[in-house]
Amino acid sequence: MAHTLDLEGITKAISGMGVEEGALISTLGNSHKDHRKLFRRASKSFFVEDEERAFEKCHDHFVKHLKIEFSRFTNAVVMWSMHPWERDARLVKKALKKGDEAYNLIVEVSCTRSSEDLLGARKAYHSLFDQSMEEDIASHVHGSQRKLLVGLVSAYRYEGKEVKESSAKSDAKILAEAVASSGEGAIENDEVVRILSTRSKLHLEHLYKHFNQIQGSDLLGGVSESSLINEALLCLLKPSVYFSKILNASLNKDADKGTKKWLTRVFVTRADHGDMKEIAEEYNQLYGEPLAQTIQEKIKGNYRDFLLTLLSKSN
Amino acid sequence: MATLKVSSSVPSPSEDAEQLKTAFEGWGTNEDLIISILAHRSAEQRTLIRQTYHEVFGEDLLKSLDKELSSDFERAILLWTLEPGERDALLANEATKRWTSSNQVLMEVACTRTSTQLLHARQAYHARFKKSIEEDVAHHTTGDFRKLLVSLVSSYRYEGDEVNMTLAKQEAKLIHERIKDKHYSDEEVIRILSTRSKAQINATFNRYQDDHGEEILKSLEEGYGDDKFLELLRSTIQCLTRPELYFVDVLRSAINKIGTNEGALTRIVTTRAEIDLKVIGEEYQRRNSIPLEKAITKDTRGDYEKMLVALLGEDDA
Repeated sequence: MAHTLDLEGITKAISGMGVEEGALISTLGNSHKDHRKLFRRASKSFFVEDEERAFEKCHDHFVKHLKIEFSRFTNAVVMWSMHPWERDARLVKKALKKGDEAYNLIVEVSCTRSSEDLLGARKAYHSLFDQSMEEDIASHVHGSQRKLLVGLVSAYRYEGKEVKESSAKSDAKILAEAVASSGEGAIENDEVVRILSTRSKLHLEHLYKHFNQIQGSDLLGGVSESSLINEALLCLLKPSVYFSKILNASLNKDADKGTKKWLTRVFVTRADHGDMKEIAEEYNQLYGEPLAQTIQEKIKGNYRDFLLTLLSKSN
Repeated sequence: MATLKVSSSVPSPSEDAEQLKTAFEGWGTNEDLIISILAHRSAEQRTLIRQTYHEVFGEDLLKSLDKELSSDFERAILLWTLEPGERDALLANEATKRWTSSNQVLMEVACTRTSTQLLHARQAYHARFKKSIEEDVAHHTTGDFRKLLVSLVSSYRYEGDEVNMTLAKQEAKLIHERIKDKHYSDEEVIRILSTRSKAQINATFNRYQDDHGEEILKSLEEGYGDDKFLELLRSTIQCLTRPELYFVDVLRSAINKIGTNEGALTRIVTTRAEIDLKVIGEEYQRRNSIPLEKAITKDTRGDYEKMLVALLGEDDA
């Protein structure tokens, strides 16, 4: 016996994101049952004292919490092993099931992948779900966002170097007018949907320049009342900024369960896509701290090591 | 079924390229020679010939053809020689231009090709026109037409046979309600037509007929006449469910007009010769009591006529 309980060590090992597997083995694994009693008594959020019967009952929360934190590594491994097309198809399917709050995921997948990868995701969708991605979205989304979402996933954008400057300029004017005049209705505006869901990314970059000149304001400064439109613009024009913001939100200690999952998604999908390095640089610029450092400090165990490996692979 | 006749042993692409070059030599052009070669090669073979011709003679075969041939015959040869994806891209692009604009052609390309073929067209469009097909279609159409056509060209339909009968029932009912109220461009109608698989759409309209005792196309006949959108919608449904009948209709009006609509005739013969021109021909005869080949030879002449006949598989080569 002999060892005193490293109470702080155990608690630390299971708080935060991921689990410090090694520490748990050496402390908890090595602990005497009296130690564990101390542990239970001290962990009021995980165990509740049944004074009448003199024992400490386990909270559901304890089991749930451990399940979630232990499974972060598992999920990352599963996601990383999957073909990117299947990954994206499943992300879209999940977003559809979740509903409104998750539609940003559909915008993310459709706007930050290459034309071939988005197409691949649509092929995978056929294979996995016996339906086309666009028909599933069209039949599940009933509100004003349908037009834009179906449009975005159906795009097969030109990816070459040619741009018609006059078109980009006139589209910039059209977009400015449409956003100004439609307010909330902008997301259903035919011209907005046309521009966002058919134009090449290069065209949109030129449009961006013209827009800012004409309007004297930043197109990416939350130009629309619709968050999906703003998100689509950010994804199409500055994906590194978009992903940095998502990462920051997921690493926030007050982030909810769903938001925390974004961390795995961003790392796995962007390490494959090849812009993890740019995202890390952008993150550093925006938040004043290297991404690797944040991960090192806030994440635990195998999960942390896996993320750091994906990150270093990209450098 | 295709009507294209290719013999089991064809000359090599370089032999064909040499022969084609001789067809251009000297005064005038040997159109018969051109037809005897090109009209009896598959899409892959034609692509190889085009590549080889370029390697050997340093010029695109199509440019040479353009120099030597004129009007309808040239158009037929041009469309025929292009690889199917590039052909569809060309047709779609023309359909968005002011003087040659045609919502019908856009719909036809989008709805009568397989998902893979439509995809090839979209890829060829990037390569040739440095834009996406959907951005051009969106830019050149407005209102209801844009809604329908952009959705149609962007579709990547599931191609399996699985059908959801409950869904078919629901969507048949939905369509019926919209049509009753004459809401032809309703979003739900467009959604169903542009995203569902062809098998699912067929099941839906079969259900429609069972439930309402009349075919969908018949229901859409009322209010016909001046409503261009309704006309397009009707053709869309026809293309998705019975494409061969759609093509028969287009051929019939193309041929029987005073002065033939060569554009439509050429387009259909060249785009379907390797797909289902045989079935179309049979249907044509059934409905018009005259073989398609006869109707065509009655109305066309010269090398143009010979080319079409060869693609119909009716020449003696």
